[in-house]
This record gives sequence, C-alpha cells and structure tokens, in this order.
Amino acid sequence: MIDERLIDDLWLSPRPGPTALDSEVMTRVADAPAVRLRGASLAFGARPLWTGLDLDVRPGEFFAVLGPNGSGKTSFLKALLGVVPLTAGTVEVAGRPVGRGEGIGYIPQQRSFAADTPLRARDLVALGIDGHRWGVRLNRRSVAARVDELLATVGAGSYARVPVGQLSGGEQQRLRVAQAIASRPRVLLCDEPLLSLDLNHQQAVSRLIDAQRREHGTAVVFVTHEINPILDYVDRVLYLADGKFRVGEPEEVMTTEVLSELYGSRVEVSRVNGRIVVVGLPDATTHHHEHQDPHEKEPA
Amino acid sequence: MSLGDILGAVFSFENYGEILALVQTSVWAGAVLGLLGGLVGTFVMKRDLAFAVHGISELSFAGAAFALLVGTDVVAGSLVGSVVASLLIAFMGGRAREKNSVIGVLMPFGLGLGILFLALYEGRAANKFGLLTGQIVAVDTVQLQLLAVTALVVVLVLVAVWRPLTFSSVDPEMAVAAGVPVRGLSVLFLLVLGVSVALSIQVVGALLVLALLITPAAAALKVTSSPRLTLVLSIVFAVVATVGGILLALGGRLPISPYITTLSFLIYAVCAVTGRVRRRRGANGRVLAAGEKERTTPVAA
Repeated sequence: MIDERLIDDLWLSPRPGPTALDSEVMTRVADAPAVRLRGASLAFGARPLWTGLDLDVRPGEFFAVLGPNGSGKTSFLKALLGVVPLTAGTVEVAGRPVGRGEGIGYIPQQRSFAADTPLRARDLVALGIDGHRWGVRLNRRSVAARVDELLATVGAGSYARVPVGQLSGGEQQRLRVAQAIASRPRVLLCDEPLLSLDLNHQQAVSRLIDAQRREHGTAVVFVTHEINPILDYVDRVLYLADGKFRVGEPEEVMTTEVLSELYGSRVEVSRVNGRIVVVGLPDATTHHHEHQDPHEKEPA
Repeated sequence: MSLGDILGAVFSFENYGEILALVQTSVWAGAVLGLLGGLVGTFVMKRDLAFAVHGISELSFAGAAFALLVGTDVVAGSLVGSVVASLLIAFMGGRAREKNSVIGVLMPFGLGLGILFLALYEGRAANKFGLLTGQIVAVDTVQLQLLAVTALVVVLVLVAVWRPLTFSSVDPEMAVAAGVPVRGLSVLFLLVLGVSVALSIQVVGALLVLALLITPAAAALKVTSSPRLTLVLSIVFAVVATVGGILLALGGRLPISPYITTLSFLIYAVCAVTGRVRRRRGANGRVLAAGEKERTTPVAA
C-alpha cells in the first residue's frame, strides 16, 4: 500500500528530487523515514532536555532510546505522539505532522487494570482496531475475526475472554502489543514496555515486537532504561543524558568514551557474555537530593 | 399501626386494573427512565463517576427547588442545576482526586441551597417532598413526551460517540495515543449525565437517583465483563426496577421510590452473590488448551 500523501510529500521535499520513474518513486516511499526530526528541541522551563536533534528512523528499524531518569526519554516519545509540543524544530511520524495518531501504534508501560474493569482481553484488542472511530461498531464479525488473528499472533488465545483486570502483567503486555499492531501502524512507539515484567515475559514481548518490524516493516522506537533485553534486536540507539545526546549503533554509542563524555564523568562500559554492563553511572537519586533542583524530576 | 395495617399500606391490590389505567403514562415514563439510566449507568461505572452522579443530583435538586419557589417549570429548573453542576465538575476537576474534592464541595452547597429554597416555598408540602423522593405519578402526557424526546437525544448522542467514549473511559492513555479527543468527550459525557440525572430526579427524586444510574450497571458488572452483555443486563435491570417498582407501588399507599430502590438493591444483591460464587469457582473464561498454554520456561533467544 502506498500512501498518496507520502508521494506528494516526496515531490514537495527539498531533498534530492525524485525522477519521473514510478518504480523509483516507490522505492523512495518505502525508504522514506518512518520518523523524521529536524532541529528538534525540547525544554521544560529553562532546562533543555535536548536541542538540535536531527534524526531519521527507517521503516523496519529497531531504534532504542536510552538514558537516565529525567533525561527526556519519555518526553521524546510524547513528542512523537504529539502529546508534548517541541520547543523548536519539526517532527513527522509516518510522513505526517504528529498529533492525529494515524499510522502510530503505542505500547505503554505495564500498568495494571482495576480488577473490575469491564473489559475482556479481546475487547481491549478490539479498541486498537476501531476504538477511535465514531459511532457504534457495525462490522462486528470482521472485527472479531481480526481480533482472533491478533490474539493468535501474540499467543493470547487462551485468555481471550478473561477480564483484563485478572491477567498477569506479562499477559497484559502481550495484549498491548496486539492492540498496538491492530491498526497496521508504520511506527510502533514503545514506552518501557518491559518494565516490571519477569525475564520470560521480557523476552516474549520483545520477540513479538521484533517479529512485527521484520514481517511488516514497522519502525520501532523503543524507550528503555535497560538495553540488554533488546540488545539482539536493536539497530541504532539514541542515548540522552544531561542535555546531550548521541545517535549510532550500539557498538558505537555504548562505549566508555561516549558515555563518559555524555555524563561528564568517568563511566565504564564492558561486555560480559553478550550483555552490556555500565558501571559508574551517577546515581540518579543521590544526584537529585544533592542539587534540590525542581526541574530534575521527569515531567508527568 | 399494626403489622396488618403496614402490610396493607405496602401491598394492597384492590381496584388494581382501574388504577393501572390511570397511571399508564407514569409506567411509560418509568420505562423510558429505566432505559436511560441503565444505558448511561454503564458509562458511569466505566468512568468511575458514581460520586459525580450524587453531586450533580444535589445541585439539580437546588435548581428544581428554586423553580418551585419562583413558580416556573420544575423540570427546567432541575435541568439547569444539573448542567451547571456538570460543567463545574468538567472544568474544575481535572484528575480523579481533584474531581472528587470538587464534587464533595458542590454537594453540600447544592443540598443547602435546595433546603433554603424549599423553606422559603409556601406551597403544598407534597411538592417539596417529591423533589427529594420522586413523584412519578404526577407525570402527564406532555411531560412524558418531553421526557421521551430528551431521552432519545441522549441515546443518539451516546450512539454517535460510542466507540471513542468507551475507549477513553476504559483505556484513556491509549485513547490519547490513538488521537481520540479524550478531554472533549469527558465534558460531553458529563453534560449527558447531567441531563440524565435531571430526568431521573423526576421519578425517584434527588436522594435516590443512584438507584437508577448506578445500581443496575453495578449489578450487571458483577456477573459479566462482556461490554454488550453489561449493557443489555444494565438496561433490563433498570427497567425492571422502575416499571416493577411503579406497578408494585400502585398496590399500596406509599411513595414509589422505596419500591424502585428496593427492587434495584435486590437485583444487585443477587448479582453480587452470583459473581462471588463464580469467582470462587475460578470461572473467569480462561481456556487451558494444551497447545496454547502460557510458556513458563525461558526460551533462548
């Protein structure tokens, strides 16, 4: 499927113009960035979280956003969602200005539902298919078929009719993946989706997200404070710290030199059994207490 | 009063057929309000707004009492009170906790105003009492039409925003991400709720409005989590309570509201017990097919 507006975008784009050849245009559309930031800056009050960020995330790319608490990871994601406006610069997701949710799938942090939430697993997934449309659901049968398909994809068929409040955190996150990919998004925005999951479910959920981008070319923007569970899948990393940032492959960014420079103090990075171990990070909690800076907290 | 007299006051079915013919309009009004209450109630439960219903009803009561005092239409007065309360809650209470404190502040103020207006009113005492406890027998054909048309408008509005309202009620964070206008829908629903409360007050009164707008939906949720079944059961429970309450009340000499609230409560009690028994048996819809079992051992990546 080619979005016509995307082609328009390419024709109007100031970058090297496309030729008249259809095939070439189509190749370019497929290569058009799923997320594009130009001169993007975000600040809270006087404190800049990051400035001058130019970034293209390719379709099918697994892009991780790392950094300590308060570095603006979550705000970065919220800027892509259009919930938090940029202080300067532009951001486009799926070839469009942000804010309308089109072409975006969102996977939030695991947060338990109240036990009596009137929603079963399959109803939660169905919301991802047509929950944003006006009116009542008329095509119940086709939605139900799609829900079954999605539940099978994430291996949640056995609890399709269980109220969401009675599911474990891992089960809920599988449903979140199903819900997020329901609209066949071009970009999956993941906000620490593995937080508070045990190791099995961390693996299962990140595998599902990886499968989605491999099979459907969905770009993945994955905010996390812990790179190891997704290290096998990550193509590139955006590391945010202290108002500075670095973009590159994990091998380039997750090094003693780069992280020491970002943090402004000696940080040791080593690899143990294929895992990345970072030693000497400034302790976030102590740091806050020492400075008593009201802006240090991650904005809600 | 002997026990026999009390029973006679509660249940006596002499000349039942003749009385029924006289109050046909009231029965219809009860059915319309039951439908409305059951429908709106499901969203009240999803949005956790039970307390707001109570807050709105007290200001609605103040509006109705003021209308009674100055001699204008009581329904219009209670509608104005409701809408003012809804807007105050919508725009002053952002998050859940803030909302609850705004409601907690509004509620006694509304009730106090209402009592003030009633104290100043020098008309029939039954009119005063009716505002608090309901007076459905007084419904005439014109009022029934007004009631039906307003209820129809509320239903149409809800149908138009059904999916996004559901989405933003049960899963607000995701709804925002999907581009649903969560804030606007919240204001819209509070307005719908205000109108529904104002209408329900005409039947069960300001004090008992929860029996129409909360209890049926809460009862339905005790026995099912399926959205469609919740809706159907909630409406059925509310209509059974209102229409059943009115029909029973015709047999006695008492106001209608105790019959409605008691029926409503009994339905809830039965559902609560059923739900508890089911939960204890572990019946929550989980299927443990051999092939679909949740993996319990880590898989090497």
